[in-house]
This record gives sequence, C-alpha cells and structure tokens, in this order.
Amino acid sequence: MLDDFLIRAALAGLGLALATGPLGSFVVWRRMAYFGDATAHASILGVALALASDLPVGLGTLAVALAMAVTVAGLAARGWALDTTLGVLAHSALAFGLVAVSFVPEARTDLSAYLFGDILAVSRADLGFIWGGAALVLALLYWRWNAMLTATLSEDLAAASGLNPDRERLVLVLALAVTVAVALKVVGALLIAAMLVIPAAAARGLVRSPEAMAALAALIGAAAVVGGLRLSLSLDTPAGPSIVTVAACIFVLAASLGQMRKQ
Amino acid sequence: MTQPLIEARGLCVRLGAQEVLHDVSLKVDPGEIVTILGPNGSGKSTLLRALLGILRPEHGGITRKPGLAVGYVPQKLHIDRTLPLTARRFLSLPHRHGKAETEAMLARVGVPEVADRPMTGLSGGQFQRVLLARALLTRPELLMLDEPTQGLDQPGEAAFYRLIDEVRRDTGAAVLMVSHDLHVVMSASDRVICLNGHVCCEGTPRVVSNAPEYRALFGLGTQGALALYQHVHDHDHTHGHDHEHSHGHDHGHGPSHAEHDHA
Ligand SMILES: Nc1ncnc2c1ncn2[C@@H]1O[C@H](COP(=O)(O)OP(=O)(O)O)[C@@H](O)[C@H]1O
Ligand SMILES: [Mg+2]
Repeated sequence: MLDDFLIRAALAGLGLALATGPLGSFVVWRRMAYFGDATAHASILGVALALASDLPVGLGTLAVALAMAVTVAGLAARGWALDTTLGVLAHSALAFGLVAVSFVPEARTDLSAYLFGDILAVSRADLGFIWGGAALVLALLYWRWNAMLTATLSEDLAAASGLNPDRERLVLVLALAVTVAVALKVVGALLIAAMLVIPAAAARGLVRSPEAMAALAALIGAAAVVGGLRLSLSLDTPAGPSIVTVAACIFVLAASLGQMRKQ
Repeated sequence: MTQPLIEARGLCVRLGAQEVLHDVSLKVDPGEIVTILGPNGSGKSTLLRALLGILRPEHGGITRKPGLAVGYVPQKLHIDRTLPLTARRFLSLPHRHGKAETEAMLARVGVPEVADRPMTGLSGGQFQRVLLARALLTRPELLMLDEPTQGLDQPGEAAFYRLIDEVRRDTGAAVLMVSHDLHVVMSASDRVICLNGHVCCEGTPRVVSNAPEYRALFGLGTQGALALYQHVHDHDHTHGHDHEHSHGHDHGHGPSHAEHDHA
C-alpha cells in the first residue's frame, strides 16, 4: 500500500498535521507566527550546506533549524522583543539561504521543491523521518503540556510555581525546529508557517479549552491535507499550496461559524 | 524562635539601567501578616518577584524554608484572547486539582458561577477572586499578594480581607501583601514595611504611622499622621492589644530600623 505515491503523500501530510495542530496553537497563543518563517527560511541555508558537504538534506535542515531555535530562545530569554527579532531573522535567513544555494549547482535545480515542497515525491524513508519527528514532537508536548501552558499564560506565574519559563520556551522552539525540518519536504519553506498558524487560528473560535484547540487544529490540518491533495490531483495544481489553500478556506468557514455562534 | 518562612538579606535588584531595589532585607515568620507600602514605582512588585525567584537579584541572598509552598497573586496578568481558558482550567495550571476541589474554592472566594466562563470574559473583581482561588489551591504556607483588591467593590474588599484573615486562622498561612489601602493596612497587618527603593521604615502599624520617613513618603503632615494614629488607636480598642503582645516579640528590630535609617 505504501507503494502508492498518493498514499505516501497523504500519510506524510497527516503526520505533519498531527504535530502542527498542537504546536501551532502555542505559536498562536504566544504570538510567534514569524518563528515558522524564520526557521523554515533558515532551513534553506541548511539545504545548501548539506548539498555542498554531501550530507543528507534532512540532517542539514534539522541542524540549521535547531541552531535557529536556540538563537531565538536565547535572545528571547535576554528580553529581546520576539516579533521584531523573528522578523529580522526570518527575512535575513531566507536571503542568506538563497545566496548560499546559488553556490551549489545541484541545489539550484530543485530549489522550488524546497521552497514549495514536493509531497508527491515523498519516499518511504521520508515517511519514517516525518512520522518519527511528529511522534517526538507529540511526546515532548504531552510531557511538558501543563508546564508549557503555564509559561505561555504568564512567565511570572510559571516561575512562581517553580517552573523555568526559559526552559519551557526552549522545549517549544526545539519542537518547532524538528517540525519545520520534517515539514520542508511536505509543504516547503514558504508554507510551513501557514500550516502552523492557519489550522490553529481556525480552531480558536470553536473551542473552550486549550486541549480542544490543539486537537481541533490537528483535525483541521488533516482535513486540509486530504482536501488539498484531492484538489491538486483533480486540477493539477501544486500540492503544497493546494493544501494551504484548503486550510485557508476552512479558516474562513470556521471564522464565520464562530461569528454566528456569538450572535 | 521559629525559623522564618522566607528571609532576604541585602537584596539589590537592577532592571535595565535602573537599580530598583537597594539593600533590602526582610523576613516573614509563620502566620504573620506583613504589608508593603510605598508610592508607585517604589519597587514593591519587584520585591515580591525577587522573593518568588522570578527575578534574579544582583546582590544579596534569599533563604526560603525548604519546601515552602507559596501562593502568588500577581499585580497584573494579561491573558491573550487567543488562549481559550475557562476559570476551572486556569485553576489547574500548572498543578491539576479535582473538580470538587476547584468548585469548593471558587465558592469560598465568592464566585461559584464562573467555573465554566472564559477568563477573558470575567470582570476585574471576578478575575481577582479567581487569582486568589488559584493561590489558595496550592495550600500555601505563605501568600504573596500584589495589590490583590484592585477591581473589587467595597463590600468585596472587606470580604476579601476577612477571607485572608480566615485563611490565616484556619491554615496558619503567613501573608506578605502590597496594598494601598492605608485603613486596611493599619487594621489588618501585624507589621508594615515602607519601601521606596530601600526599606524606609518598618514595624508595627502604630510605630510606622508615627515614623517621620513614613510621613514624608506619603506627604502626610502632622495632621495626617495624627488621623492615622487615631485610626490605629480606635482599632486597638477592639482587638489590637493581645494581637500586639502575641506578635510583638518577633519585631524588636522594627523601631530601631525606623530610627537608624537612611538620612
Ligand atoms: N521589566 C522592567 N524593566 C525595566 N524597568 C522596570 C521593569 N519593571 C519595573 N521596572 C521599573 O522598576 C521600578 C519599580 O517598579 P515596580 O516594582 O513595579 O513598582 P511598584 O510595584 O512599587 O509600583 C519602576 O520604576 C519601573 O519603571
Ligand atoms: Mg506594583
């Protein structure tokens, strides 16, 4: 069954949606939408480095994404404004990545695959990487859930309860880095942030608890993957952007539904 | 003599370029109610945050009784609207409490009806009560309350202080609070600490209300001090005397502090 490229594509997307639902909820709650961009754009640099040094691309992107995560967490712990820092890092990382890629002829040819993803070309090995990463992220979140939620609510309350908010933030950005590295092949660097933010934002108006928001965001992400793949197949549109398009449509539906319930 | 719950020696805290606290020493013994008074920006919240371990002091040390359980009500807590959180769920962050326990505590602080309401939809007074409920659920030996009655109406405020007194009676918890309400301070505290970046004066409410440092800090002439003294005096007729005897022996250093302080 895994021989079918469509099934592999769907499984890859579902694995990604499972991780981005709960993680994206944190991204929305903490107002760090740029983090996805910053890390994803930095991973383009990882692609170039990996290809230049003959290392597996997944390893290169993971290493650069982790480095970016640690940098961001370190700056935030020192009191830097997160949105500005991320904005600067996101756009610089993309520029550096694109410049670096231009020195690596092999990367130049399939750059668009890394920018927009190539979910239909997912291999069995990719699938293992994606589901392994998603499982790791979900385990991290399950383990730290209440602590991370408290630190998100208020770093003061978390510290007063004996938690270390800097550590909780680090766990979160590490989980994000792993997710981004895993998602690069599926939706591409330009659309990873969309998969983090849009399903969670769509879920927000329909739920009353953080746990429900995380679960519904994962569900919406999964629906977007399945819907996007069908769209891509029937209209011959690029898969990654199609998935995000469907997610955006679900967001509009959910937003109007939430409005109606309020009235 | 009993071991103090928490003791700070020579605390200096710097925030940005400003030295907010300079050479602050204080201790809180089991079961006593200590109030911190001081003008806006005098470092009251900073002092509580340093004692809680949220801020790291530049100099000085803090000793806590091992395993000290602290309940904290911060001065302000902004909950992002993107975070769906009912009062009940809020009370279980980061430590889970059972449904019966949280409902009993909400009833005790006077807001049994808000359990399933979102935190962002509560009135200022309801919000403060939920914050107190959360602090009490940790079964604290020490309550740290930062302007806890903001947003409460007058009956609510009176009920609030009655509840604090009740909690102390039932559980023996000590209270360290920041308050602006001089009347309450003078009647409900065992000890008052006047803060303005450093400890200006400290002692029983009666001693402090006559200290020149205190009068200078609050711009009180002789008239004002007399009025306050009168208030304390009235209070002494009701239940103040044995009150002072039972706690007086701990505070020998109070008056002397007031005398030798920074000129
Ligand atoms: N995070 C911060 N960074 C820089 N300065 C701060 C910070 N928080 C408070 N301050 C400054 O520290 C001083 C004391 O603040 P605070 O402890 O909140 O005073 P209070 O609670 O007595 O009104 C103020 O001058 C305030 O401007
Ligand atoms: Mg304050």
